[in-house]
Amino acid sequence: MGDSAYSFSLTTFSRTGKLLQIEYALNAVANGRTSLGICTKDGVVIATDKKLSSPLVDVNHVHKVELVTPSCGFVYSGVGPDYRVLVRKARKSSQSYSLQYGEVQPVSQLVKETASVMQEYTQSGGVRPFGISLLVAGADGDGTPRLYQVDPSGAYFGWKATAIGKNYVNAKSFLEKRYQEDMELEDAIHTALLTLREGFEGEMNCDNIEVGVVRGGKFSVLTPAQIQDYLDEAN
Amino acid sequence: MSILEYNGAAMIAMAGKNCVGIASDRRLGMQAQTVSCNFQKVFPMGDKLHVGLAGLASDVQTVHQLLEYRLNLYELNEEREMSPQVFSTLLSNVLYSKRFSPYFIEPIVAGLDKDNKPFLSGSDLIGATVIADDFVVAGTCTGNLHGMCETLYKPDMGPDQLFETLAQSLLAATDRDALSGWGGIVHIITAEGIVTRELKGRMD
Repeated sequence: MGDSAYSFSLTTFSRTGKLLQIEYALNAVANGRTSLGICTKDGVVIATDKKLSSPLVDVNHVHKVELVTPSCGFVYSGVGPDYRVLVRKARKSSQSYSLQYGEVQPVSQLVKETASVMQEYTQSGGVRPFGISLLVAGADGDGTPRLYQVDPSGAYFGWKATAIGKNYVNAKSFLEKRYQEDMELEDAIHTALLTLREGFEGEMNCDNIEVGVVRGGKFSVLTPAQIQDYLDEAN
Repeated sequence: MSILEYNGAAMIAMAGKNCVGIASDRRLGMQAQTVSCNFQKVFPMGDKLHVGLAGLASDVQTVHQLLEYRLNLYELNEEREMSPQVFSTLLSNVLYSKRFSPYFIEPIVAGLDKDNKPFLSGSDLIGATVIADDFVVAGTCTGNLHGMCETLYKPDMGPDQLFETLAQSLLAATDRDALSGWGGIVHIITAEGIVTRELKGRMD
């Protein structure tokens, strides 16, 4: 891959032991639109700010929350085109898994695979790291709901609740105050919407956010009508 | 002479009530000559799953090692046990990946899933799988084995009755086949554990 002139790795160590390209990639993430997730004992919710650059943009053709396996979905903060590449790769690799084992790939395995791909792009010639952090919501091999974050470096973390992108510091402290161990999925969806509204520029409605939910081991993206119901309850 | 009949084998897997049994003969031959009477053809893959491999002895051992490799990696990565259904699918894919230079084996899989329900499957040398709820057979005397099982099998047998049925079916079938027999071994798998018994039969 790449020209011989670019056969060296673009991600090289600095004297202080940092990989600056990864740090800069994390900056790209921190400039992206906010995304957050909450994991409860009976499900997971992920949500993102989908504010678009102009009212002329057809909102129905933009998808930020995407289904990857029947039991798992992604959302991101950062550079959109990089996200689409990763979603494609993840979908393909989870189909390979299903072909091999006759079963849906558990979220922990999907996360390891995806993180491994992202790490490859920090140690290969002629490529740059992905400019996104992912939030992965899914059901594990034993049906337990799980939420993971995957960073441009390929590092991944399991979370009870987290936020990424613009304003993530405030969003995370808001979540920290509101998170409870015995929370149920419905409470979590409300809390997720409230947290998103905290840092929202302008008015939040069912067309400028996206919400994905893992319920009963199955992932689905909420329709604008369903989001509107939750927003109405919150008011 | 078919390559699948070079070494000789006979095996049966049968389902009972919340238990499964798997039995095989112990002969290893080179056509007419008998070389060993304690050759292993049934291999445990975890506490509740066994795989029986009939066919060319070299491939029996190689495929067993390959399956163990895949199973171990799966359990290390996924931090959970592999279910019999997944194992059967995996085995089928391993065999089909060698569609044009196959492993000369005919496997049978017997296990209990996580709810301790019996699971049985058998396949051909290139991975065409059949899932059964009563019994599956493999080897050089499948005609005999099918006949014996069809006659002696009853649904919902307990572990002891299952052992008797397996033992009688295997011994009667291998007695009429030159290439299989020379001893037998039966494993009965229940939720409590595995009981293994060796059979005393005609050593000819």
